[in-house]
Amino acid sequence: MTATTTAPLATPHVRPVRQPSARLRAWATRAPLLPALVFMIVVTQLPFVATLVISFFDWNALYPKARHFTGIDNYQQVLTDADLRHSVWTTVLLTVAVVLVSLVLGLALALLLDRKFRGRGVVRTLLIAPFLVVPVAAALLWKHVLYNPEYGLLNGLLHYVGGPQPDWISNTPLLAVEMSLVWQWTPFMMLILLAGLQSRDQQQMEAARVDGASDWQIFRYLTLPHLRRYLELGALLGSIYIVQNFDAVFTITSGGLGTANLPYTVYQSFYQAHENGLASAAGVLVVIGSIIIATFALRVVSSLFREEVGRA
Amino acid sequence: MSSIAVRASRKKGAGLGLVAWLLGILFFLPIAWMALTSFHSEADAATNPPSFGAALTLDGYREFFGTGGGASPWPALINSVVASVASTLFVLLLALPAAYALSIRPVKKWTDVLFFFLSTKMLPVVAGLLPIYLFAKNAGMLDNIWLLVILYTSMNLPIAVWMMQSFLAEVPVAIIEAARVDGARLPTILARVVAPIALPGIAATALICFIFSWNELLFARVLTGVVAETAPVFLTGFITSQGLFLAKVCAASLVISLPVLAAGFAAQDKLVQGLSLGAVK
Repeated sequence: MTATTTAPLATPHVRPVRQPSARLRAWATRAPLLPALVFMIVVTQLPFVATLVISFFDWNALYPKARHFTGIDNYQQVLTDADLRHSVWTTVLLTVAVVLVSLVLGLALALLLDRKFRGRGVVRTLLIAPFLVVPVAAALLWKHVLYNPEYGLLNGLLHYVGGPQPDWISNTPLLAVEMSLVWQWTPFMMLILLAGLQSRDQQQMEAARVDGASDWQIFRYLTLPHLRRYLELGALLGSIYIVQNFDAVFTITSGGLGTANLPYTVYQSFYQAHENGLASAAGVLVVIGSIIIATFALRVVSSLFREEVGRA
Repeated sequence: MSSIAVRASRKKGAGLGLVAWLLGILFFLPIAWMALTSFHSEADAATNPPSFGAALTLDGYREFFGTGGGASPWPALINSVVASVASTLFVLLLALPAAYALSIRPVKKWTDVLFFFLSTKMLPVVAGLLPIYLFAKNAGMLDNIWLLVILYTSMNLPIAVWMMQSFLAEVPVAIIEAARVDGARLPTILARVVAPIALPGIAATALICFIFSWNELLFARVLTGVVAETAPVFLTGFITSQGLFLAKVCAASLVISLPVLAAGFAAQDKLVQGLSLGAVK
């Protein structure tokens, strides 16, 4: 933009007619982009600015007249309140556990599916299915149909082998939420890693094999370095989605038994407790956490992206 | 390789294939069980040990669709269809021209713009939830399905821009130039040259946007009530146990997941690309 406006200024008397047409052309190129850009700024950026502003106010929706500026009090309260601090910790624990476990399982499944065998397409389809169940429905399925201590499928199967009959959700609430999420997110990781495996340089692998490299050596020194960025991408995108998870926590435990994560806490503090200021401060904290993850995520995406563009 | 080594590796291959099959079945088992339970009577659905071979019935589905006296899911299903289809159409309407300006006839610094779109996707929903709620309350738009349409459009637009940018970038510039030299005008070029190449990708993009809108719970839960509730909000009615209701829960979960399963399998080949925001092909 600066180039089109300053360049003609340097030689204004030589080609004065071209200036408006060049500018017009630049805008004609930009025009198709503007509706989407403006829409995104209005719908996603403005509300966040509003959240930021509200987070500095003591504002309970039930007492609107008592609203006043409090500086960073809300943040202090979020970070010192035992329940809220616990929800920060829960969010970290939930995200890390689900991402790591589904990444490892996804890698194992991707390695299995990378080989040719009879019915590979069918197995791939079976494995994708959990990701394609509506999240609330998946959470209900785990809560009522699998975890139910009296007639759930898990205890039903344990019954056959004479195993114990635990009350899954009451005994290990966070683990119960994590298991249902791992079930849904493993297919996601598998898909990304499988795409990574299939983009390996086949000639290089063949050459290594001819030179007598073992399967493990090929995996360790060729496959794993190549997969590194796909693993990073899966971990980061998974984190971004799971940090925000609301459906599973809301459905399986309703935030009880110490499983309330930050999104649930934000929901609860303004939807049920009407604490607008506190909710906003907690929301801003979620955003700060996401920005930290997102900075790394953007870097990985951009390195993969530049490689793709370079190849094209 | 010697013939013994070939045979050994083939045997190992078959063994690993079997492991893959077992894991595939294990992951699918909860869904299969959900489907089977949805066709059982409530009494057979709640037994321990589980009744695998119990008689099949459509009672769960009758209960779910409200002929058994409960609340009908149809309004919620229709709301979900409206929210998902309308927001997907809006997304296409906004994303197609944007993707064009980022690929075929790129603006300056087009990668920066692309990454701006991506960064908005990384802003969590809770970041703007409260102001949106307050705005909707003051504007009288609470419990209005069109508010969800707008929000779902913003939720999916970055994904769509990224996906379509990568699909349109696959159209060779040389073909477009050739058509231009032959005197074809922009609408003709778009319809005859760009569309045939990019159409499968655009269709996959639409399916993925549909899935995300259909699944969304938090906005719908906070911003809708009785009139505009969507299918996932309807499902939250099953969170607390209500006596024997497993078959009904399974029927409801399966019916509401069917559109997503169908769209997901239809878009299978492009699913990774959409989920990774176009970073992985």
